[in-house]
Amino acid sequence: MIYGVSYLAIALFVFFVLLVLGLSFYFGSKTKSASSYFAAGGTIHWAVNGVAFAGDYLSAASFLGICGMIAFVGYDGFLYSIGYLAGWIVALFLVAEPMKRLGKFTFTDALDSKFNSKAIQLTAAISTLIVSIFYLIPQMVGAGTLVEPLLGLDHWVGVVIVGAVVIFIVATAGMTSTTYVQFIKGGLLIIFSTVLAIYIFNNGLDLNPNNKNQDYIQPMTLTADDMQGFTMVSNMEVEDFSLVKMEKEGVYRWFTKSGNNFEEAMTVTATSDGEKLYNGAPKEEGKFYQVGTLVKIIKDGEVVESTGKVSPLKFLSIINSSEVARYVKILFDDGDNAVTAYVQKITPGKEMLIPGLKFKIGKGATPLSKLNFISLMLALFLGTASLPHILIRYYTVPSQRDARKSTIVAIAAIGFFYVLTLFMGLGAATSGVLNLEDGNMSAPLLAKAFGVGLFAIISAIAFATILGTVSGLIVASSGAIAHDLIDRYMGKQLSDKAKVRAGKIAAAGVGVVAIILGIIFKGMNVSFLVGWAFAVAASANLPAILMVLFWKKTTAKGIASSIIVGIVSAIGIIVTGPSISKQFFGTEGLHGLDSPAIISFSLAMITLIIVSLATQKDNKKLRNKI
Amino acid sequence: MDHGPAVELGVDHAAKRKTRLGIWMFILYTIVYGVFVAIGVVNYEAMSNIVFGDLNLAVTYGFGLIILAIIMGLIYNWRCTKIENEMNKEEKS
Repeated sequence: MIYGVSYLAIALFVFFVLLVLGLSFYFGSKTKSASSYFAAGGTIHWAVNGVAFAGDYLSAASFLGICGMIAFVGYDGFLYSIGYLAGWIVALFLVAEPMKRLGKFTFTDALDSKFNSKAIQLTAAISTLIVSIFYLIPQMVGAGTLVEPLLGLDHWVGVVIVGAVVIFIVATAGMTSTTYVQFIKGGLLIIFSTVLAIYIFNNGLDLNPNNKNQDYIQPMTLTADDMQGFTMVSNMEVEDFSLVKMEKEGVYRWFTKSGNNFEEAMTVTATSDGEKLYNGAPKEEGKFYQVGTLVKIIKDGEVVESTGKVSPLKFLSIINSSEVARYVKILFDDGDNAVTAYVQKITPGKEMLIPGLKFKIGKGATPLSKLNFISLMLALFLGTASLPHILIRYYTVPSQRDARKSTIVAIAAIGFFYVLTLFMGLGAATSGVLNLEDGNMSAPLLAKAFGVGLFAIISAIAFATILGTVSGLIVASSGAIAHDLIDRYMGKQLSDKAKVRAGKIAAAGVGVVAIILGIIFKGMNVSFLVGWAFAVAASANLPAILMVLFWKKTTAKGIASSIIVGIVSAIGIIVTGPSISKQFFGTEGLHGLDSPAIISFSLAMITLIIVSLATQKDNKKLRNKI
Repeated sequence: MDHGPAVELGVDHAAKRKTRLGIWMFILYTIVYGVFVAIGVVNYEAMSNIVFGDLNLAVTYGFGLIILAIIMGLIYNWRCTKIENEMNKEEKS
C-alpha cells in the first residue's frame, strides 16, 4: 500500500532523535572509565533500571511483531506475549542476584568467575555476539518497516538511519546514555499503548469501521445476478480456494468463489515484464486497500452493526461470539505472472481467541507441529534469562537487592504492556487498517486510523523502541569484543581508556553488520525472527548459566562445550529448517522443525553434564590451586 | 585479573535461603506454565471453554500467567527482603 507522509510524525521523530543525541553528548562527556561505559558505573536506581529493562526488552518484536501477528492469526500471536513474560520468572528467581554477585561488565564474567578459563571467555563472547546479531536482525527489519510510512523513505534508508543513530548513542556514552534512552522509551511505550487501547475501547466494534482519519473501503462482493460489469476470464483451484479472474475496463482482478458469490481478493501481481500490479493497477492508484473487519457482530446474544463504547472484557467477549474477516496468503502462477493473493477467510471469533491458526496444534496437527509449538514455548520461557543485553543490565545497579527489585518493576511494566498487545492486535484486526503486505505495521496503522497525531506519536515511539533495544544489543556486543575477547581472552590488559576506545570501535563494527542484515531480511515477521534469537540464547547460554550457579561439579570445559553445542545445534536446525529454506532457497528444508530449542537446549545440557563429569580432575586442580 | 562486580558488594548471608526460595517459586510457576502448554497440545479445544465472566480459558489462563508472575515477584521480594533484614542484621550484631 501507499503511505502518505506525516509531517507531524517526522517532526516528533526528529525531536526524539535530537533528544537522544543530546543525552548521549551530555553523558558522553562524563563517561571516562570502562565501568561507566559498560555498566553505567553500577549507579542506576532500581526503579529507573526496571523501566529501562522494559525499554530494553520491549523491542520491535513485542510492539510491531506481536501486535501484527495477533492481528493476522489471533491468539497465536499472544502466545509470544505469554512466553516472553514467563521468561522473566527464570530471570528473577534463578538468575538476577547471582548474576549481579558474580559479574562485572558482561555475563561471561559471571560464567567465568570461578574458572578464569580462556575457553569460557572465547565461547561466551562468541555466543554473546551471535545471539545479539540474531536479535538485531528483527530490530533493524522493524526500523525499515517503520520508516516507509513515517518518512516516506525506502526500507533500507530506515535501517541505515537507525544504525547510524544507535552507533552514535553507544559510541559516545555507552551504557549510561543507553539506560536513559531505554528508560524514556519504555515509559512512553507503555503510556501511549494504554492510550491506544483506550481509543479502541471508546471506538468499539463496527461492521463498517470508518475511522476519523480514513474511510473503510469494503472489498467487492459480486453475485451471479449482479456482476457489476465484470466478465469472467479464467478460474483455478489453489489450496482450498476456488479463484476466478475477472476483467473490467482492461483491469484484471481476482475473486474467490463462495456459493453464488464472488469475494474480492487482494492481489499483488509480478508481471513477466517486471511490473508490479496491486489489484490489477499500479501501486499509485491505491486499489490495494487496508482490510480486516468483523463481518458479523453479536453483542449480548443479538446481532448488531455497531457496539459503541465497550469495556476491555466486553471487547474480548464480543469478538469471541462474532465473526472476523481474516486474510490468508496464497501464491500461484497465472501464465507468466506470479500472483500473491490475500484471500478472505471468514473465521469465528472464538477461533481467533484460542491457539491454532498459526501453530497447528488442533485440527490437522501432526506430532511434528505439536513439537514445534512446545519447542517455541520452551524457547520463550528459557530465552529471556539468557539474553546478553538483558543480563548486562544487572551490572548497572548498586546491589543484589536492587537487581531483584528492578526485575520486579520490569515484570510489572512488561506484563501490563503484554496484556495491551492482545487488545491492540485484535483492535487492528477489526478496524479495517491491516496492510496485507506487512503485518508489522498493524499497531501504527491502527493509531493512524484514530488520528494523525496519535499515529505520529506511536510511530516515533516505535522508532524509539528500536533505538533503545538496538543500543542495548550493541553495548552487549561491544562488551563481548572489548572486555571478553580483547582484554581477557587475548590478554591485552587494556587500560581503562583503551578498553572504552575498543568498545566504541566494536560498537561501530557491530552496527554496520546489523545494518546489512536488516536490509537482507526485509519482509520477515519480526516476532518470528526474535523467536529464533530466544532459541539460540536459551540453547547456548542458559545451560551454562544454570549449571554454574546450581551444580558444583560443573567444569570450565563443560561450560565451553555446552555453549558450542548449543549454538551449533540451534543454528543448524534453524538454517536447515523450513522457514530459512523457503525464504532463501525456495525449498522445503531438510526437516520440519522451525523452533530448535527443545532439541538444542537438551543437547547443550547433556553435553555440559557429560563433559563436566569427564573432566572433574580440572576442578580438583582448581581447588588445589586456590 | 579483576572481573568481580562493578561495585563493591557486602557479604550476603541470606543468599542460600533466597536461592532455595527462588528455586521453589520457579518450580511452582513452571508447573502452571507447563499445564498451559499441555492443554494447548493435548486438548486445545478446551481453551475455548468460557471459564471467567465471558472470557474463555485461553484468555483467562494467558492473563492469569502474566498476573501470577507479577504477584509471585512481589511475594518473592517481600520474603527476600525479610530474610535479608534478619540474617544480615544478625551478622552485624
